[in-house]
Amino acid sequence: MNSYLTDNVPNRFACLGLGTNSPQSLTKRPAASLRDMPDWLTSEHSTGTSLMAAEFDGGVVIGADTRTTTGAYVANRVTDKLTRVTDRIYCCRSGSAADTQAIADVVTYHLEFHEIETGEPALVRSAAAVFKDICYNYRDQMSAGIIVAGWDSRHGGQVYSVPIGGMVVRQPVTIGGSGSTFIYGYVDSTFKPKMTREECEQFVLNGLTLALSRDGSSGGCVRLGTITKDGVDRRVVLHNDLPKFYEG
Amino acid sequence: MSSIGTGYDLSASQFSPDGRVFQVEYAQKAIENSGTAVALLGKDGVVFAVEKLVTSKLYEPGANRRLFSVDRHIGMGISGLLADARQIVETARTEASNYRGEYGGDAPLRYVTDRVAMYMHAYTLYSAVRPFGCSVILGTYNVPEKKPEMYMIDPSGVYLGYLGCAVGKAKQAAKTEMEKLQLSDMTCKQLLKEAAKIIYIVHDEVKDKSFELELSWIGEHTNGRHERITGEVFTEAEAYAKAALDEESDSEIDES
Repeated sequence: MNSYLTDNVPNRFACLGLGTNSPQSLTKRPAASLRDMPDWLTSEHSTGTSLMAAEFDGGVVIGADTRTTTGAYVANRVTDKLTRVTDRIYCCRSGSAADTQAIADVVTYHLEFHEIETGEPALVRSAAAVFKDICYNYRDQMSAGIIVAGWDSRHGGQVYSVPIGGMVVRQPVTIGGSGSTFIYGYVDSTFKPKMTREECEQFVLNGLTLALSRDGSSGGCVRLGTITKDGVDRRVVLHNDLPKFYEG
Repeated sequence: MSSIGTGYDLSASQFSPDGRVFQVEYAQKAIENSGTAVALLGKDGVVFAVEKLVTSKLYEPGANRRLFSVDRHIGMGISGLLADARQIVETARTEASNYRGEYGGDAPLRYVTDRVAMYMHAYTLYSAVRPFGCSVILGTYNVPEKKPEMYMIDPSGVYLGYLGCAVGKAKQAAKTEMEKLQLSDMTCKQLLKEAAKIIYIVHDEVKDKSFELELSWIGEHTNGRHERITGEVFTEAEAYAKAALDEESDSEIDES
């Protein structure tokens, strides 16, 4: 018997018709049980997503679509990808749903402790640094692209992008998730610094609508959040209320 | 001293019957043998001034400094045993650096002070260690919020926020001088001269012959960076202090 097959199921690969002396092919071919199952059973839940965050005069607007997929299957069509971290700091999650939820939970705990220790609300920069720490240290095991956005008294509204390798960079506007690729041109041509709150909300809503209509892994409704010194205002725009654009 | 011979002063981990920890009180005595350190909190920053006693003419100028930067944005003035205080400086620097590494920004002064105070307090609890024979004053200036801040930690591990703070040999005399000033209305430029003056006034020429004045500040004008004061600014402040001292001694003669 081959030494690679000394576990409890000696006949596990028998159905593949493989020679027992071929360990190389064993590692390349997936197990029959996995191969024969539909992808919605075997794939990871992931937020193939459209995310946006933009600074305006006095705060930030964050937004996301609401689709969670498992392969081609829509596991949740009203997902909330805008996740609270502190009262005035939120994150937008993309990548593996499980990984990003776990990260957000750890960061929330960490910052709550930090706020108690310092006796003041956490800075957005601090939150971004903690996200980065986790995303960087576990970059080989996790799939997470996160946008951290919020308001603090020191630097006002801020947006930080923490993409897949665990980098962190502050940007006045940033987009994320699979749907973002379709709207780089829209964002570059439309964004301008120091917009009013209403202008900024419309900008984010339009951007996300364009993204989710072109991206198969994004869709459903659009959730928007506006964070200012007064706290968070959240709303959801249902699919049939989304702005209409050319759909040819 | 009532504590001597009772046996209750041999360990930091034992109370006396009336609820005191003598080892901590002895540590406070160690500070009273050291040169005076003052710090003044004005409307646009914090100014530090230290009377560094020079015990030998053979030391090169600027040796054994008593003013330190903990981070770019935190200054520290020390009084007491220099070796003990240097360990506190090191601890504070480590704390500020760890904060920067973890949260990517300047550590809030209160956070650093709290952590350093906890460290000092731990040394009042165990029989195998002795308390630190030093007090430290920490100061910062928060540029976006335009807020100066200052704390003093004593050997017991207690820390308090101050508007004007003095530790060391002549702390009482220095406090008396400070109370004459309207500290919170004054700018760093004015406070620097006053701080230098206080050090010159409280210095006891009879008991301690020679001393070196050390000055530093942090405020709006340094853009929130702690800076040691040298050159012309230093000379000017020192000249003001000496002139004020001469004037004071003249008037004393008039009165008598």
